[in-house]
Amino acid sequence: MLPHLSNKQRETLWGYLFIAPQTIGFLLLIVVPLLTIFVFSTEDRNLLTGQVVPVGLENFRVILQEDVMFRRVLTNTLTFTAGVVPLNIALALFLASLLSQKLRGITIFRVLFFSPVVTSAVAWAIVWRFMLQGDQGTVNQVLQLVGVEGPNWLRRPEWAMFSVIVTLVIKNVGLNTIILLSALTNLPNEYREAAHVDGATRWQVFRKITLPLLAPTLLFVTVITVIGSLKVFDHIMLMTAGGPANATMVLVYYIYYQAFQFFETGYASALAVILFVIALGLTIGQWLLRGRAYDE
Amino acid sequence: MSSRALNLLTSDPRRLRRVRLEATAKKAAMYLLLILLAVPFVFPFWWMVSSAFKQPAEIFAYPPTLLPSSFSFNNFIDVFNYQPFARHYFNSLLIAAAVTIGTLFVSSLAGYGFARIKFPGKTVLFIMLLSALMLPSEVTIIPNFFFMKSLNLTNTHIPLIVIPIFGAQGVIGTFMVRQFFLSLPREIEEAGLLDGASRWGLFWHIALPIARPVLAGLSILAFLYSWNLFLEPLVFIDDINLYTLPLSLRNYNDVYGAPLWHLQLTATTMAVVPVLIVYVIGQRQIIDSFASSGVKG
Repeated sequence: MLPHLSNKQRETLWGYLFIAPQTIGFLLLIVVPLLTIFVFSTEDRNLLTGQVVPVGLENFRVILQEDVMFRRVLTNTLTFTAGVVPLNIALALFLASLLSQKLRGITIFRVLFFSPVVTSAVAWAIVWRFMLQGDQGTVNQVLQLVGVEGPNWLRRPEWAMFSVIVTLVIKNVGLNTIILLSALTNLPNEYREAAHVDGATRWQVFRKITLPLLAPTLLFVTVITVIGSLKVFDHIMLMTAGGPANATMVLVYYIYYQAFQFFETGYASALAVILFVIALGLTIGQWLLRGRAYDE
Repeated sequence: MSSRALNLLTSDPRRLRRVRLEATAKKAAMYLLLILLAVPFVFPFWWMVSSAFKQPAEIFAYPPTLLPSSFSFNNFIDVFNYQPFARHYFNSLLIAAAVTIGTLFVSSLAGYGFARIKFPGKTVLFIMLLSALMLPSEVTIIPNFFFMKSLNLTNTHIPLIVIPIFGAQGVIGTFMVRQFFLSLPREIEEAGLLDGASRWGLFWHIALPIARPVLAGLSILAFLYSWNLFLEPLVFIDDINLYTLPLSLRNYNDVYGAPLWHLQLTATTMAVVPVLIVYVIGQRQIIDSFASSGVKG
């Protein structure tokens, strides 16, 4: 086969052949769409009529200056992220340190805490929506047994955000838990033992030794959790559909809404550009922070 | 605890008993805490399954009944009468199988290529691929919709198959396979090289069989990703006969759009329980695959 090629050339050719499917698919389905979105964002592009009018930066001007809803969406997305991230990380850290104890049958709990991660967001949302109904919901029925009257969790603006945050954390915390757990079990033991011998309390050892050693992993799970919260969609759509009164309308749901309910795909693309810029900024920020963590 | 400290403690029997008692109490407290914490993780599944066996009226009974007062299988029949649920189930299975096979093919090729073969531009290409991991697929869904529409592929299953294979999920696969081969000594393949095997021969006869564990993990991730996918089916599929399970589950509503809970919960049970069974059987491997795909930084 192809006798005129040198070994090195043949090797290069094989290399390109091996990576060709992945690379071509990547170009067509990720790189080109990503570039296209910048073009779309400068157009008035109706999905139904197919009409396309170039409008320059008008979409961005409207988003930033006029769109009251966008401000709402941004606040909601930030509130959501600010709720999910600390709750998720703190709970994951707590669960991971519980699961790292040497107890008989501890694997069972690992399996239980992780089980919502393998479950579809749709299924999870359906069951919780059922349980969080106003007067007939299971959660409120249980509360009633102990004499507390629960609110209509998903229909009250002041409770809806809280409810979607907590239920999403329960769904996803297992992933961060096992990432932190594997980091915990791989930590060198010497420092902690030395500190114990020196009479440090458990809390001191955790604060002063375990936590700093975990810092790189914590940074990593924080970033993936932040990005995950920024792109939340399924959970919101199924639990509250952005309601009540837009109390849980978040960025990706708004993008979907503009593109596929209002058919304003140009405007939605401009919103997607903003999502992209935020995600990019976070990733670069993480790299910089990480570089600093390694320098020190 | 060091052995010297242990000796000190065990020298006094009364003290020893107290230490043991404390240890037992501590253990019991730990178990109690774990059980309490597990409730919000487990109860939804319990409630979903037990509601599926209840009569529609009992679902809202007060006080709530932990077990159905009489097991009824009516809901399991009615889910099929309301909409083509069997069809949706089959669609999901078929698409997830296609995604799994496609991901195995594409990712094992690329992962091997990036780990083992020398060619110009390798590092740059690989970093470009990795950067896709931080790009939310929600960003590219609109151009992809127009792209698929121009090819007449909306309202088909093709986008639901190719986007996961080549998108971020596929890149995770490539990354996992590459890491696996990088951690493997080259000598294993060199024996084959001396025998005059081609690159393809090395890949197919030597590398792939060794990579079986990582490919198994990758299959699970790809299958679950596809099985649970929601936004893409929602955007690309209109025809009810082409629905996948996530679209189907939320479709059990009355004429006013209010959920028919007994059907939603039963259909959800049928979609979730097989996954949970497989998960419980292969929990160690499945959790490890998620962990290794997550710790990519």
